[in-house]
Amino acid sequence: MGDNLIKLHYEIPSYDLTYAGEASSSVKKVLVQLGIDPARVKKAAIAMYEAEINAVIHGNGGAADVEISSGRITACISDKGPGIPNLELAMKEGWSTASDEIREMGFGAGMGLPNMKRYADKLDIDTEVGKGTRVTITVDF
Amino acid sequence: MKLEEVVKILDATVLFGSDTEMEIVSACGSDLMSDVMAYVKENVLLLTGLVSPQVIRTAEMMDIKAVVFVRGKTPGENILELATEKGIAVMTTDNPMFIACGKLYNAGLTGKGVW
Repeated sequence: MGDNLIKLHYEIPSYDLTYAGEASSSVKKVLVQLGIDPARVKKAAIAMYEAEINAVIHGNGGAADVEISSGRITACISDKGPGIPNLELAMKEGWSTASDEIREMGFGAGMGLPNMKRYADKLDIDTEVGKGTRVTITVDF
Repeated sequence: MKLEEVVKILDATVLFGSDTEMEIVSACGSDLMSDVMAYVKENVLLLTGLVSPQVIRTAEMMDIKAVVFVRGKTPGENILELATEKGIAVMTTDNPMFIACGKLYNAGLTGKGVW
């Protein structure tokens, strides 16, 4: 696809898991259409989906800004949530602050950030208590 | 194992999906979608007791082509519509999770590639 840069923007709704994942679904579709290696597509889709879910359940909604070039995808998911007071704890598998309501929806098992780290080739987390969190996921093609 | 065999073994009802010839090589039983995303390596059959559109979303991200709702759980229209849109087969069985997994394992679906 040459050096053309594709830029995509999505709004992420707050506290409504019904629509959570639409941005990741849309991005996955674009990557498939571009003919990107399915294993790379899956990595990007899962990491972005976990970030999107986090923005919905913890972050009071937010936005996803995605850039796709010939060499990589960068997905920046920012939310307007409470921020993460202890990032080291949040990165531990199984550690969660999610409510029972979220757990009943199949999430909040403390695997969100660890899964992002597992699947992203590069993960940057910028968080401030009281202001929000921004995660930047990069997957190389 | 073909999907039609899974349907027979679990005495399942197919709510959506025409490709019963689909080959299933392994399976994953979980109610936690993040665990599915953490550990499943290959395209599998997903068995779950969770009824939520996020089951279909998770299947979509993981390239999972078939989902069985256990314990007689029946997904609502919104879930079936999403599954239809994404081309993901949906079934329901009265078997509880442990029994459903046991029956499939016993029939040779041993989870190769999942763990």
